[in-house]
Amino acid sequence: MVKVIDLPDRELLYGHKACPGCAAGTIARLILKVTGERTFLAYPASCLSTVTSIYPQMAFAVPSFTAPFPATGAVLSGMAAAVKAKRMQDVTVLGMAGDGGTADIGLQALSGAVERGDKIFYVCYDNEAYMNTGVQRSSLTPFGATTTTSPAGKRGVKKNMFEILIAHRIPYCATASIAHTADFLAKVEKARNTDGPSFLHVLAPCPTGWGFPSDQTMAIGRLAVETGLWFLAEYEGGRVKMNLAPKNFKPVQEYLGLQKRFKHLGAAEWALIEGQRDREWADMRRKWGF
Amino acid sequence: MPKPAVSVFQYPRTATEMPCGPYAKAGVIVETNAGWRISRPVIAAARCVRCQQCWLICPDGAIDRTGESYAVDYNFCKGCGLCARECPAKAITMAKEDGQGE
Repeated sequence: MVKVIDLPDRELLYGHKACPGCAAGTIARLILKVTGERTFLAYPASCLSTVTSIYPQMAFAVPSFTAPFPATGAVLSGMAAAVKAKRMQDVTVLGMAGDGGTADIGLQALSGAVERGDKIFYVCYDNEAYMNTGVQRSSLTPFGATTTTSPAGKRGVKKNMFEILIAHRIPYCATASIAHTADFLAKVEKARNTDGPSFLHVLAPCPTGWGFPSDQTMAIGRLAVETGLWFLAEYEGGRVKMNLAPKNFKPVQEYLGLQKRFKHLGAAEWALIEGQRDREWADMRRKWGF
Repeated sequence: MPKPAVSVFQYPRTATEMPCGPYAKAGVIVETNAGWRISRPVIAAARCVRCQQCWLICPDGAIDRTGESYAVDYNFCKGCGLCARECPAKAITMAKEDGQGE
């Protein structure tokens, strides 16, 4: 169990150019605090690479590599092979990608790396669109959200990366939210200590792309879980454990109403989203028995 | 614990100074982010209960928890206001920047 007091004071990500209130900044910072200096990092084109590596600035203080967009998983495999060949001990091979770099463009490389069983730790920080290029829809954008390429709201539903990874029979995978920090840190520690591939899917509220004031990042993250539109679960040893299963969900408009990207939705769409959510949860309860 | 500092970067002037291969040194910060801010967090040390919440959630890691009282690195704080909103003791307030700069 990670204790906050034991986390190192040294910042391994500092001076980056992310928007004020960026959840990805907190996520990357805290993960590096847990994995420590002996981390090899790879990230594809993403917000994280855009804000940290503007020559000559390099905000990461760990060895890091900007991977081609579709190749984060493959790059991590290569790094893991090098670590093995050089017989290095106690290092973390870490990948951090956005939702597009994980679920759309990087899915094939991630699938391959997980299937090969390399000892890698892959983090998807999910801000629910291609944010650094100006908010385009991705397959992890939720139903109804406005982006520049879905101006009237996205029609499809959010892809379930958690179940895709379970289908690989990965040793450890989990979903987390940056607003539930203790749960998030515990999962990072577990994923890092897994012998084999591990995957962590973190919801990262984005003030710029979602349209809310920059001081509400954590509040929005909490509401996503309280309204049942995001879930905290982990898959380990072939079993799924639900970390937080609220008995009663808050009405979805409390979450949707705070964000500009859902401003155009009315009572009819809220009911639709609530219906979808209830079906999803009934399905999860049946499958995973919690 | 002092935070990482800004360093002056020397661009290569001759071919021999060019790095060999597409790599660069890690942990290089060449400028501050102070100009982004429209309001600054002010920590009231008397009210602070040292719960580390602000230190933990700061996207920029701009809060220093090691000193006598918690301090903000105003060179890198972007003034997002997360710390002020999440502080359980209400010890942090956001003060408008007066335009004087750093």
